[in-house]
Amino acid sequence: MTEISTTGLIDGNGALHLRSASPEEVGDSELASAMWVLRGFEERIRELRVSGDVVGSVHLGIGQEAIPVGALLALRPGDPVYSTYRGHGWALASGAAPEGVFAELLGRAGGVNGGRGGSAYFSVPEEDFYGENSIVGAGAPIACGSALAAKFNGSDAVTLTVFGDGALNQGSVSEAFNFASVMKLPVIFICENNGYSELTPIASMVVNPMLHERGDVYGIPNLRIDGNDARAVAGAVGAAAARARAGGGPTLIEALTQRLVGHYIGDAELYRAKGELDRAMEDEPLERLRRSLESSGTTSAEFEVLRDTALARLSAACDRAIGQPFADTSTVYDHLYSKEAYRG
Amino acid sequence: MAKITYAQAITSALDRALSEDNDVLVYGEDVGVGGGIFGCTKGLRARHGERVFDTPISESAILGSAVGAAMMGKRPVVEIMWVDFSLVALDQIVNQAVNVRYVSEGRLSAPLTIRTQQGAMPGSCAQHSQNLEALFAHTPGLLVGLPSNAQDAHDMLLSGIHADDPVIIIENRTLYFGEKVDVDEDAPVVAPGGARVVREGADLTVVSWSAMMGPVLEAATAAAAHGVDVEVIDLRWLRPLDMPAVFRSISKTSKLMIAHEANITGGFGAEIAARVVGEAVHLLDAPVRRVGVADVRMPAAPGLQGALIPNADSILREILELARF
Repeated sequence: MTEISTTGLIDGNGALHLRSASPEEVGDSELASAMWVLRGFEERIRELRVSGDVVGSVHLGIGQEAIPVGALLALRPGDPVYSTYRGHGWALASGAAPEGVFAELLGRAGGVNGGRGGSAYFSVPEEDFYGENSIVGAGAPIACGSALAAKFNGSDAVTLTVFGDGALNQGSVSEAFNFASVMKLPVIFICENNGYSELTPIASMVVNPMLHERGDVYGIPNLRIDGNDARAVAGAVGAAAARARAGGGPTLIEALTQRLVGHYIGDAELYRAKGELDRAMEDEPLERLRRSLESSGTTSAEFEVLRDTALARLSAACDRAIGQPFADTSTVYDHLYSKEAYRG
Repeated sequence: MAKITYAQAITSALDRALSEDNDVLVYGEDVGVGGGIFGCTKGLRARHGERVFDTPISESAILGSAVGAAMMGKRPVVEIMWVDFSLVALDQIVNQAVNVRYVSEGRLSAPLTIRTQQGAMPGSCAQHSQNLEALFAHTPGLLVGLPSNAQDAHDMLLSGIHADDPVIIIENRTLYFGEKVDVDEDAPVVAPGGARVVREGADLTVVSWSAMMGPVLEAATAAAAHGVDVEVIDLRWLRPLDMPAVFRSISKTSKLMIAHEANITGGFGAEIAARVVGEAVHLLDAPVRRVGVADVRMPAAPGLQGALIPNADSILREILELARF
């Protein structure tokens, strides 16, 4: 029987420690545990959104977990990460404790941004997660600036920014590609291609569906990978990071994946083909890991232990978040400027 | 003291900032080797090397990278060649830079400084002549300054670079190559904010800023010959806004005019008028008068522009009408 490890990558609070791990030493069971933290978080948030405890637009990353988990395994502490609004998983993979992220979405005082960011626009700078962005292509130029700072500071930090397939059609991303390439910035662009530009198939919005080839015109090394395979992601990000740290400039990685849920909670998904989701379920990262573990002797019951351990820690974190007070309304004017006098 | 122009005062401030703080980066379209199309960054590349650099014509990349670099501790000072071009990448200012500190509860900040210039000049087309300060002043989280003279061009830029917040300094290119005046290049760096009474008077207050200060002061001098003693305030900063300076002045004069080159509707004069009416209407004995460009697009031909843009003569007429009230 394969030894099941539920520790190492996930601590008692449900926080992940992927940055300090070495991808080569991580087994399938640890990958599954990490992905269950992301999946379980999203499933709990879905319940809380439906119950009305969480309000507003919520975009879940269910099905796309292998990309953040694989990417953060390949990054180091101190490497800045920028995501879009489908960013809960990126924050958790970066190392954010689930309680603070639950609390953020629940509008609690102890949220990572005290409830000011909400689901779609929070950051966890303590874990080098410089934030989600609700403007799909806006993070790409900002990540260039982060990489620019590293370059001028003589730091070997690599900045990673992730966006969806739809964002490639926003001008800011094209500007960022050229800027990063001409300045040889240490930045990794990941395009999570889940096939849909929000509710519209990306295939109907581009002439060349090989999105990574956009890198060619900017002189950016680029590749397309299986985004449902965390090891493939870690390999590609690791190689891109090594090139960036060595002064080789940016890389564009197109990671193919599928989201198993709507664009937002409440999306009727009228655009889906019949049977599409059933096929996607066969190919999704956790199902693949289950099959892989089973083929090497892990039983279903043992796999469930991995899931249940992650879910129990998340559940405790969520309960603690719910127990927190709501953000204090007397603070609502704070932090607009560095000095109170500037509000005049 | 150095005898320099408004444009040279900007260069001097940038030179000082680059010399004093290794985290300062100066970049934008043509600002490096070319020294800027108005020469405001001339010589800085040679003196400070790669911290002064040219960028592609990519306003989103310029502003967005400034946000990211500032979040990581740098002090980027980026040039947007014409304020009209900021509209191409307004997202990075209005959706990004100004949210960083507030949304993160101060865990992050984005202390970038945007230098740009605006206003009409004979022949400038409708896409190179707008005055957009009200748009930026409408954006909480941003500090907005409009220097009207060389010393302010120097000092306010340094105030902006030193502030731990996103700042936009809107220059005016009609001022760049004016006469050389004494500028204290070692002036202490002060926090943004503060209007200045430029001319004391007892009968009527004119609040203005940027390039409109010239015709306003000329009109004020001419008004004296008509027996009207005009007080002139250079507002300097729209955020933070020094309303106490305005209230102090109208408590003396009881009459207020606001003059700007921007369009009237939604122009920043409307905000000042609304605050005065809302908070201090008892100080007034006449309606607030606003002077600006009528709500049309800006034509290029000098004759047509002249029919729209307030000048010393048209401002004098307005002053005399208000004084008769």
